[in-house]
Amino acid sequence: MKRLLILGAGTAGTMMANHLRPKLDNQTWEITLVDEEKIHYYQPGFLFIPFDIYTPEMVKKPIERPVPKGVNLIQETIDRIDKDNDTVYLQNGDTLTYDILIIATGTKPVPEEIEGMKGDQWYKNIFDFYTYEGSIALRDKLRNWEGGKLVMHICEMPIKCPIAPLEFVFLADSYFIEKGMRDKVDITYVTPLSGAFTKPKATEALNYLLEEKGIKIVSDFNIEHVDSENNRIVDYAEESVEYDLLVTVPTNMGSPMIERSGFGDELNFVPTDKATLQSTVKENIFAVGDATNLPTSKAGSVAHFEGEILTENILRYINGEELKADFDGHANCFIETGHGKALLIDFNYTQEPVTGTFPFPGVGPLKLLKESRLNHVGKMAFRWVYWNMLLKGRPIPFVSAEMSEAGKELA
Amino acid sequence: MQKVIASLNIEVNDEGYLTDFSQWNKAIGEEIALYEGIVMTDEHWKVIEYLQDQHRKNVPLSIRKIGKSGVVAIKDFYRLFPKGPLKISSKIAGIPKPVSCV
Ligand SMILES: Cc1cc2nc3c(=O)[nH]c(=O)nc-3n(C[C@H](O)[C@H](O)[C@H](O)COP(=O)(O)OP(=O)(O)OC[C@H]3O[C@@H](n4cnc5c(N)ncnc54)[C@H](O)[C@@H]3O)c2cc1C
Repeated sequence: MKRLLILGAGTAGTMMANHLRPKLDNQTWEITLVDEEKIHYYQPGFLFIPFDIYTPEMVKKPIERPVPKGVNLIQETIDRIDKDNDTVYLQNGDTLTYDILIIATGTKPVPEEIEGMKGDQWYKNIFDFYTYEGSIALRDKLRNWEGGKLVMHICEMPIKCPIAPLEFVFLADSYFIEKGMRDKVDITYVTPLSGAFTKPKATEALNYLLEEKGIKIVSDFNIEHVDSENNRIVDYAEESVEYDLLVTVPTNMGSPMIERSGFGDELNFVPTDKATLQSTVKENIFAVGDATNLPTSKAGSVAHFEGEILTENILRYINGEELKADFDGHANCFIETGHGKALLIDFNYTQEPVTGTFPFPGVGPLKLLKESRLNHVGKMAFRWVYWNMLLKGRPIPFVSAEMSEAGKELA
Repeated sequence: MQKVIASLNIEVNDEGYLTDFSQWNKAIGEEIALYEGIVMTDEHWKVIEYLQDQHRKNVPLSIRKIGKSGVVAIKDFYRLFPKGPLKISSKIAGIPKPVSCV
């Protein structure tokens, strides 16, 4: 029996199991998934919990639910990978050997990385919304908050879903308008980037939306510490921003398991070939989803596009064929902008997001980089798409793994 | 476009970053630094050499990586190249503007 081992049963790991089980003969290949969690969270839903748009129940399912039949699931913390001996050590002392390893351990916020962040005020007036607990604690805070300075802050890049903090301020604007207290809330967006987003055309459109909604932006802010006694964040250039309520996206890091395995970059991301998804650590180790160091967004949609190409490459690797160098960094994200509208962006390693129509040139029905109600419907439908198509490894109709230039207004 | 730096015709982009690293020399670095209000010292050059070395190896740079490199602490990096240290030091080093992560 040959063994394919997948580390992490989140979006990417579960998806890979669904892709590969029907393609690999049951008699020859055993597939095993390992994850320490009992719950599979629909993380994009964390954005909606603070504003009482989603209930916590809407974002979770038992972790085994989307795992296909014929795949073993081991619920245990991974301690480390011994790449030289093709062996994975679990925290309970068990070992697992493999012929092929797929690393899909994602990324998590690590507030401990910033001095003063996870102190007495954590979940009192300093919150994150990138975790299940954080999004619920923030919801409870917002329900009774009387207003003041709300600061949305990003510690350092890269973070998963880099547009979620922008969506947060847009939704906050609409939330406080609906509560009839927008005049009591001062919203500021603080980012280490030079503008609202990482790419110029989208930054222009998003900067405009921030201005329209009366949201201030502080850019090029690299946090050094949180001065929680005086309710301010201070950056390396000794500038500071005051808050009454700080919502932050802590440093996002790969699993400490990667560090214990002796590879990974300074943020514990796995060095990965950006076109084939084979790790540069060893031939029989592949990586997918947020765990990689690829220069594209860390998002479920990206994991989906990677999944199609990685599946093909695993099969080629097994057959001793050359790997397909086809991954182009394709990302496709809805950006919720409040008041029942959203934007859509579609881009890759080289093509930045631009205006146009999607997926059908000239027809749409979705609009790129422009607010519309239909885009919002798309965002809300994503939860269904996630559980029923994305995790199952089913192709999304009309949207291919490689980005299409058709319908995009290219300069 | 071309710009005269340290008496040489140098290819730069519209933000003033060199587009051809092979054209770089120390005098060019010094002059770009002066535009940014920085007088170069050995401490500055040590950082510049590290950046250029990483660039030759195709390693993408980040402030965190530089802080962990042992070459300079982040606090000192800001003291040496105030405001946007990575952007300014990359310009002086003659390497492309660091692409902020996506
Ligand atoms: C607030 C928010 C909003 C988002 N919005 C969107 C959106 O609108 N669209 C979109 O496409 N994406 C969005 N995302 C991003 C998306 O959720 C992630 O990109 C996606 O889940 C990545 O999948 P993954 O499998 O790489 O990681 P994950 O799904 O995080 O899975 C990693 C798994 O590995 C396990 N694991 C890690 N280390 C260990 C260990 N040592 N031992 C055992 N198990 C371990 C974890 O328990 C986890 O289950 C959002 C994310 C957040 C936080």
